Parts: sequence; structure tokens; C-alpha cells
Amino acid sequence: MSAPTFLRRPNRVLSVYAILFLVALYFPILLIPLFSFNDSIYVRFPLEGFTTEWFGQLWDRQPVWDSLWASVKVGLPVSILSTTLGVLAARSITRDRVPGRSAVVTFIMLPLVIPTLIFGVALLALLSRLGVPLSLYTVAFGHLIVCLPFSVATLLPRFEGFDRSLEQASADLGENGWWTFWRVTFPLVMPGIVASLLLTFTISFDEFIMAFFLSGNETTLPIYLWTQLRFPQQFPSVLALASLLILFSLPLILIGMWISRLGLHENTTKGAKT
Amino acid sequence: MTQTSSIDPKVTSRPTRTSGRIARLLYRNEGLRGYLLMSPTLIILTVGVIIPFLILLVISFWTRAGVGFDTTPSLANYARVVNEPMFGILLGRSFWMSGIATVATIAICYPMAYFVAFHVHRNKMFWLILITLPFWISYLLRVFAWRVILGYEGVINSSLVWLGWIKAPLEFLLYSPTAVIITLTHAWAAFAILPLYVSLEKIDKSLLVAATDLGDGPVARFFRITLPLSMPGVIAASFLIFIPTTGDYITPALLGGPDGMMIGNLIQAQFGSINNWPMGATLSIILMLWIAAVALAFLYLTRLAQARIA
Repeated sequence: MSAPTFLRRPNRVLSVYAILFLVALYFPILLIPLFSFNDSIYVRFPLEGFTTEWFGQLWDRQPVWDSLWASVKVGLPVSILSTTLGVLAARSITRDRVPGRSAVVTFIMLPLVIPTLIFGVALLALLSRLGVPLSLYTVAFGHLIVCLPFSVATLLPRFEGFDRSLEQASADLGENGWWTFWRVTFPLVMPGIVASLLLTFTISFDEFIMAFFLSGNETTLPIYLWTQLRFPQQFPSVLALASLLILFSLPLILIGMWISRLGLHENTTKGAKT
Repeated sequence: MTQTSSIDPKVTSRPTRTSGRIARLLYRNEGLRGYLLMSPTLIILTVGVIIPFLILLVISFWTRAGVGFDTTPSLANYARVVNEPMFGILLGRSFWMSGIATVATIAICYPMAYFVAFHVHRNKMFWLILITLPFWISYLLRVFAWRVILGYEGVINSSLVWLGWIKAPLEFLLYSPTAVIITLTHAWAAFAILPLYVSLEKIDKSLLVAATDLGDGPVARFFRITLPLSMPGVIAASFLIFIPTTGDYITPALLGGPDGMMIGNLIQAQFGSINNWPMGATLSIILMLWIAAVALAFLYLTRLAQARIA
């Protein structure tokens, strides 16, 4: 491919802009960990000195541990369930000639574009009509709705991305549908499944709005953080907690995105070669 | 699940061994098979999306009576929204603020998406992940970060005082519509990049070559080829930002102050401190209708843009 020179020429103005963009994107977020080590209860420059006191305070606080445990209790089942459902849905969307396919996909993706606030209050209305008490179960249900579109969106390219003749070969060689799925399809979409598990767990772990409306006595970590925002003297420990949340989420997301895209790239190139 | 496994509704293999009538039916009817696999997802979304919305719609015609509801259908809430200027002002302000945030986000993200699409030749994936990564950090924390920056004793004010440029902290930074708009722009930037990038990446480079050969300079080339062809991406990105930001309530609650409140805060308050669920439901329905109208407009614009491209 010989691109003309004007397409190849580096554009210095745009390069500088890109760097500035990234700085502006990351700067606000990096301030949180920066100030969480600052030895002052005020968030201001100049920095006063280095301390790990705020993290120590968190460690000794039982509600932090309780809400952490609550978040994990919600996040794990939500990620597993939403990924399982995502696999089933993505498989049928890509493999079976389903009537009204695009309408179904739009319906599944709907929660992505409707404000979560409206979902939250609508679910709250439903639950109160049914007389279901608010608990971590209701939070998990809310999170499931938020996570499903992400699972399907992560898994769809997976199912579309590999050579379908592999499945046919397996069927021709006498495997029934169930074993073809487990021995051919499943390993091929595995990176998508791992990515979906990681992404949905992180979404649930960080989700605030649904949890805000649907949680009962037990609260998740973001809700705990929100309640602590009311107390100015707690601000440094809120910063410490926020830093930990960022520190925890970023690697999960990075791995998830990397796995999902890296494998996909390999598959498409393989498909192109054969 | 055991049922699904025994009737194996998968792939195109012939049902072997225990093939009952249902298995044969599923084998023959692909659509039915597909819907069976999708059914758990569709059922959950129906229970979690459709039914709650219907209930919300019903409640919006109720009225508050003491602690409970008066369930006789009435348009009282809708009449209040029309008659009391507060609601209209709040709705208008929400659309105005998220409109500005949307335009700002697109304007800021477009050059970045353009850069990745046209000037990054290796490791595009690395760039895309780098840009979208912050979007995955909890929304609450991204908003919280701006409180740290814009606060009365925040990063900007304390730095300016420290440098001696101002004597007293600037009060207009926090608790203002501007603060909300800045935060929304930052929080959704990562989301806007992807549709913009996809539409720019799809542009056939030979069209640019042709334009250059026919005497167009870089500017004319951009406005005559690149920008019109990337319009679907611009429209999609605007849609994806405008809709969720209109219903946002975290950012205004943390940074907006009284002048920066949006409709989302009022809805949240109706279900919380004000405890007037029917009114909250009415406002939610109105917001939904508005969103639907905007969605249709965007859909129409997309069709128009695509028709022009084709």
C-alpha cells in the first residue's frame, strides 16, 4: 500500500493537541491519588507532606470492609450471570436466523442510552409495588440490567469474528450441538467471556446510580463513599478510598480490554490469511 | 439449563440419540431456537425495563395523598409541569446545559479521533485503549475529581492564591452551571471518541487522494470530504452524550449548586426527600418522551447524512 505523502506526513499541531488531550483527560483523575497521600485535611496546593495516615484510617473502619464485601457479593454473581446470558444471546443473534434480529439487538442495547436515573426510579417503583424489600439482591438485579448490554456488546464481535466453518466441521465430524459448543465455539469465544466477566464486574463494582435507589440497609462501596462526602473532615479518607477504587478498577479494565481486542485481532488476521 | 442441554438447540448438527419432538422442532425452526437461547436475557430485560416503565407511566397519572397515593387517574401532575414555570425552567436548563456539554465534547474529541484515525499508523489499539480507559473509572469518582479541582479551596483556587495571582478564592468555579458543563465534557469525552474514530477510519483514503489531485488544499479537502463523510459519527456521538447527560444528577448534585440543578436532581428529590413519587414519575416520563423525540431527530439526521454520502 503506497499512501500519498500528505497522508503519511506527521502533523505537529495535531500531535501536540493529542498529548494535551491525554493530559487533560488523566490529570483530574490522577489528582485523587496525589492528594490521598497529602498530609493535610485540606485539598490544596502546596502539598504539605507525605502520609499514609488516611489509608490507615480506612483500614480500621468496619463500614468500609462491610461495603467492600457487599460490593463483591453483588459484583461476582452479576458478572457471571450477565456474561452467561450474554453468551446465549450473542450466540443466537449471530448463529440463528432470528426474526426481528435488529429489533432484539436494539432492545438489549437500550439501557446504554437511557439515563440510569430513569431505570433506577422505574425499578424502584416496580419493587415497591410488588412489595419487594430493598436489599443487595435488588441492587444486583439493577446492575444486571446495566451490565447486559456491555456483555452482549463485548461478545457479539467474538461470535462474528471467527470462521463458522469450524463449527460446521465439528458437526460434520459427528459432534452434536452441545459438544460442538463446548469444544469449538466456547474456546474460540473464551477471550470475549473473560473480557465480559472483568468489564461487568468492574461496572457493577463502580456503579452508583442503581445502587443509590435500590440498596437497603447494606450499602456498596460507591454508596458508602457518597455518604462520606457529606463530612468535610472525612475528605482525605474519601480520597484514599477513591484512590483504592481506581487502583483496583484500572488493571481489571486494562486486562479486559486488552484480552477482548487482542484475540479479536488475531482471529481476523487468521481469517484473512486462510 | 439441563433442559437446554438435553434438547441441544445448538449449531446445525442433527439431534442425535434422545431426540424428542421438541428437539426436532427446534432443529428445524431456527428462529424458535434463537429465541429460546435469548429468552433469559429478554425476560430479564422485560421485567427490568418494560414493566417498570409501564408502572412508572401508571403512577405518573396518580397523585400524592398524604403519605400514600390517590390512584384515581388524573392529569394533575402533567398540568403542574405545564403551569408551574419552575419545571419548564429546569427542563430547559437541563437540555441547554447538556447541549453545550455535547457540542463541547464533540469539538474537543473530533481532532483527537482524527489524529488517531489518520496520523497514528502503529499501535492504534494502544491509543484507543488509552483514550477510553478513564471512561471505565467510576462516574462518581470522575465527578468527584472535579470537585477537588474546582472547590473553594480546590486545586485551581489554592494554586492561584499560592502563586499570588488572586487574593481570595474565586467563588464562581464550584457550584455553577459552568462547573457542571466542564465536568460533563470531561466525563463523556472517552465515550465520544469511539463513534467519531470509527466513522473517520472508514473514510476511503482514495477520495482524499482524488480531491488533492483535483486541486483541493488541506482545508478544502477537510470540509468537502472528511467532515461530511464523518457526519454519521458526529451524530452518533452527540446522541450518545446528549441522552445520558440530560438525565444526569450526580454532577449537578456535587458541582451544580442551586443555579446548576438539572431535571435529574428534581426527579431524584421527588423519589427521595420530597417523597412525591407520582410527580417524579411524571417528570421521568416527560424526560423519556423528550429523549425519544431527540432520538427520532438524530435518526432522521443520520438517514439524511447517509443519503448524502451515498
